Amino acid sequence: MTETLTGRATTAAMAPVPYRVLSRVRENADSVTLHLEPVDSALPNALPGEFMMLYAFGVGEVAISTSGINSDGTLTHTIRSVGAVSAALCAAAPGTTVGARGPFGTSWGLAAAAGRDLVIVAGGVGLAPLRAVVLGALAARHQYGRVILIAGARSARDFLYTAELAAWQSDSRLEVHMTVDVPVQGWPGETGLVTEPLRRLHLHPDRTTAFLCGPEPMMRFGAQALLAKGLAECDVRVSLERNMQCGVGWCGHCQLGPLLLCRDGPVVGYDVARPLLEVEQL
Amino acid sequence: MTSGGSVMIDSTGLDGLIQELRRRGFRVVGPTLRDNAIVLDEIAGADDLPVGWGVDVAPGSYRLRARNDLAAFGHSAGPQSWKQFLHPPRQMVWSSDEPGGSAEAVPEPRYAFLGVRGCDLAAIAVLDRVLAGGSHPDTSYTGRRDGVFIVGVNCTEPGALCFCTSMGTGPRCGPGYDLALTERVDGDAVTYLAEAGSEEGAELLAAIPHRPAEPAERAAADDEIASAATKMGRQMPTGDLRQLLVDSRESPHWDEVASRCLTCGNCTMVCPTCFCTSTSDVTDLTGSHAERWMEWASCFELDFTFVHDGPVRTSGPSRYRHWLTHKLSSWHDQFGTSGCVGCGRCIAWCPTGIDITEEMARFARERDDD
Repeated sequence: MTETLTGRATTAAMAPVPYRVLSRVRENADSVTLHLEPVDSALPNALPGEFMMLYAFGVGEVAISTSGINSDGTLTHTIRSVGAVSAALCAAAPGTTVGARGPFGTSWGLAAAAGRDLVIVAGGVGLAPLRAVVLGALAARHQYGRVILIAGARSARDFLYTAELAAWQSDSRLEVHMTVDVPVQGWPGETGLVTEPLRRLHLHPDRTTAFLCGPEPMMRFGAQALLAKGLAECDVRVSLERNMQCGVGWCGHCQLGPLLLCRDGPVVGYDVARPLLEVEQL
Repeated sequence: MTSGGSVMIDSTGLDGLIQELRRRGFRVVGPTLRDNAIVLDEIAGADDLPVGWGVDVAPGSYRLRARNDLAAFGHSAGPQSWKQFLHPPRQMVWSSDEPGGSAEAVPEPRYAFLGVRGCDLAAIAVLDRVLAGGSHPDTSYTGRRDGVFIVGVNCTEPGALCFCTSMGTGPRCGPGYDLALTERVDGDAVTYLAEAGSEEGAELLAAIPHRPAEPAERAAADDEIASAATKMGRQMPTGDLRQLLVDSRESPHWDEVASRCLTCGNCTMVCPTCFCTSTSDVTDLTGSHAERWMEWASCFELDFTFVHDGPVRTSGPSRYRHWLTHKLSSWHDQFGTSGCVGCGRCIAWCPTGIDITEEMARFARERDDD
């Protein structure tokens, strides 16, 4: 990779801004967390839920939600290697220059949930955008009631942020439930889908806001479990994934019915998402 | 004269208009005959216009027809639209510095569009909303769009696939033109009633040979445009099309349309408002020079919706549903306007002749039967 992304653009919104990899932490077999600092000027700070278009030089761009709450101009993104671009980003060693555009999209709306109980439900790499919610809630802990985190993964080795999860488990300010699809010997936690611990929760539905991110079926079943407990659809917020190429509403790839998810999403209320997710191949 | 006044010019005046625009540095683009079609390209004078040519269109069919007069604008929409100039099919949007090089961006030409119909003028307004009206304006689009001089043409002879009246975009040009012409054919004599829509248009008219328009000439032009509104070859069903398509998401009719649809994407390419693009990043062989390109894309491509575990819209019915629903329904949600202007291109250039107005009529009948 080259050390510079300085270039010329016919349209500024499409020009990647250079960032240097400060650190790369391997989370599990296919995911890493990159901490990036601006080479020159920094982009605006991303709110939890918002995303950046991250660029691997000459390879391409992908949309990645922020995993941190950074106020110093740095970026924190956890990336799962699933294709050429994400693999190149996962391989970016400290010192490498990558590009970023953003932040784009809607936030989780954490500030609007002040005074309420928070239920955070993450499946697999879906914990990456929700880590910012947990950090945001902890940073202003007195503003919220209960803060409950349910994190699911295929197996114990597949969790992101294992050290942080262990610390959160012993943090009295949080209620943490971890569950795996496939247990291995010595797994002390639960086995099953995230909906299992979710169903056991006793919630005050009128003062609870839920944040869900994971595979779409997980979010649908998770949302149904929460609705069954009496939560209003608009108090269940989901982060949706579609093909994103421009991030700024010009390219059309991220449409889900009436939504341009780069602009109207990725985080939307389940009142908006449900009728759209119920239609196959919309 | 001032904006809003009208004068008469003849064929010589029309050529004078083109020459005056060229003299002022505009690249004049208008209809011209090539490859058995009327296409849009740079023109050097009125001789380049398709004088004496018309077209016959039908679902899946477009044929040139020799007219028995000398009309220059006696044809309905061809395979191209102004979008190819304002929103080019392929453009580089970013490149890294070439080592040792100092390539400067080539300045965009200032275009004058000659012969923009009401439907296509409305299509330009739609592109303005999509690409320049959001919180992230596409500055490469606005760079080309700003300062375009538009010579509109009011339609007096709609084609067999036209339905601008249904969409409220014609046959008279709506706002946005600098000059609007109404072509008047009388035997071998062709004259143009010219109306200015901007100060720049008025000033340009004053610079070319013209004479005042008689009230009778203005009235006759109005009559011909009004009469054209009643001669549309197609009609879109009335009612709330946005809600109709929301309510039709699970209709069995999508499978039936898709049995005729080749998912070729022709409709999206000829559509004057379809704006979707794909972005690709490339490097040269040294690996040190990178470029980012934006190219027209079609929602009919299988990988248009690709996410890491595969495409979302794998089936033909889902892709046709997306296109039609976007055009007439979700476009309203996203951009506050319909994405269809009633030009009929998607019907003519569909290789299997799928007719957007017929499909909508079918959904409307399904709704009314329920």
